[in-house]
Amino acid sequence: MIRIEKLQKLYGKVKAVDSIDLAVHPGELFAFLGPNGAGKTTTIRILTGLTRIGSGQARIGGHDIVESPREAKRQCGLVPQHINLDNELSVRENLEIHGRLFGMNTQARGQKIEELLSYVELLDRVDSLVKQLSGGLKRRLMIARALMHEPKVLFLDEPTVGLDPAIRRRIWSLIKRVQQDGTTIFLTTHYIEEAEFLAARVAFLDTGKIVALNTPQALMASLGEWAVDRMNGEGMETTYFATRDQASEYAASQDCGVTLRRVNLEDAFLHLTGKKVLS
Amino acid sequence: MNGFIAVYLREMLILKYRFKRQLAGMAVSPLLYLITFGYAMGDLIQFGDQSYLHFLIPGLVAMASMTQSFGIATDINVARFYWNIFEEFQAAPISNLSYVAGEVLAGMTRALIGVVVILLLSLPFGVVLHYGPLFWLAIVGNSFVFASLAVGMAMLVKSHADQSLLTSFIITPMAFLGGTFFPVEKLPIWAQGLLSCLPLTHASHAIRATASGKAADGIDYLVLTVVGLVFFWLALHSVNKARD
Repeated sequence: MIRIEKLQKLYGKVKAVDSIDLAVHPGELFAFLGPNGAGKTTTIRILTGLTRIGSGQARIGGHDIVESPREAKRQCGLVPQHINLDNELSVRENLEIHGRLFGMNTQARGQKIEELLSYVELLDRVDSLVKQLSGGLKRRLMIARALMHEPKVLFLDEPTVGLDPAIRRRIWSLIKRVQQDGTTIFLTTHYIEEAEFLAARVAFLDTGKIVALNTPQALMASLGEWAVDRMNGEGMETTYFATRDQASEYAASQDCGVTLRRVNLEDAFLHLTGKKVLS
Repeated sequence: MNGFIAVYLREMLILKYRFKRQLAGMAVSPLLYLITFGYAMGDLIQFGDQSYLHFLIPGLVAMASMTQSFGIATDINVARFYWNIFEEFQAAPISNLSYVAGEVLAGMTRALIGVVVILLLSLPFGVVLHYGPLFWLAIVGNSFVFASLAVGMAMLVKSHADQSLLTSFIITPMAFLGGTFFPVEKLPIWAQGLLSCLPLTHASHAIRATASGKAADGIDYLVLTVVGLVFFWLALHSVNKARD
């Protein structure tokens, strides 16, 4: 569904995206995980036509984003990191305008608005002005708007940033539902648990490069199943073990405070890049 | 066509929500000019058998059609730099022509509303002018010029502060020098030549001539059409520059 070859983007001498190769399959929920400034948003902006490509190639649903940009855009729904709704307009008007931009006729727009607002549980707010909605409701509206024209791929750039845990969970279940209904999802996040919970495959992105790409389980299994954190003079040191017994035995042998826990995706990222995901 | 309608419709919906505030904003400056230069000081200046108000009102119409149509640049900038709504258009499968035409028509619509406000405000001052088709055509031409310039500039600037600078350096001087408050013919030849390069000078000339029931000069309409088309073409080619 998405095929990227040697994608590169320079800002001055800084390589925001550095020769990325990637293929995302139809119906897959794929996540880009990395710290701020890793190149996640730039990649999404290039794929959705907001930023000019530097070099390389990208195709969405078989359409080259440079040679057939309008056909490529028709395949994409975008939920950017920041709220970009028309605050002064109503929920319905925001969706109406999006539908018109994507060439939907009056009947199709009317049907889809009702269907999607019911899907994201916002039907009772259809005539509310967007500025009257909470942050979580605005996020749900942005997802509904991105789905208006029935895109084949939904790009979600940090979809739950700044939301409280309960609302984050609701957005997660909505994203899962969209994927189960057949839409390919390309997600960026710097929340470890988000990628772990949602994604079938994860790519670790660091300074514009993909440093690892696999299922979350495979990435974590490469380290072992258990981890022991201990403080030494230089800070936190983490050691990985295949079994809980091995980890417990090691923890018991330490003469300082330790934490025994399961390996998570952040361990895998840290191990591969030497950096914390959360910056 | 769908993209063009979407862009225009969005601007009109926003205008609908702000209508009362927008009308009040459109009325303040012209009303102050009418009171200060027309009512309070008007008796001191006489143009032949006409009062200064007869001279001033067509000038204000020209100025308002310029400032109101150019005002679309501010809305585009707010949508681009503060609310990021411009991304909705960038990510949509619409042509640059649809986007530019939608925004230019929105600017022209605002200009026409601004002109109607001035004409209504001038009624209590007892000024009767001729509002024939050529009067309105000059207004449409002038607003086309400045709405197109506004869209082009809004695509090229890098911040809202840049936009304010452009207004200070281009629009404000033109508003005072483009034949709005004084007859350009009273100036030295070299100054007349210089000011004839400004599209507003031609708009003021055409609007004033038709409003006074005199014959319009075809050159004014030709200049407005050519300059408008050049600015529209520049706007069209500036849209891609707004992408990083």
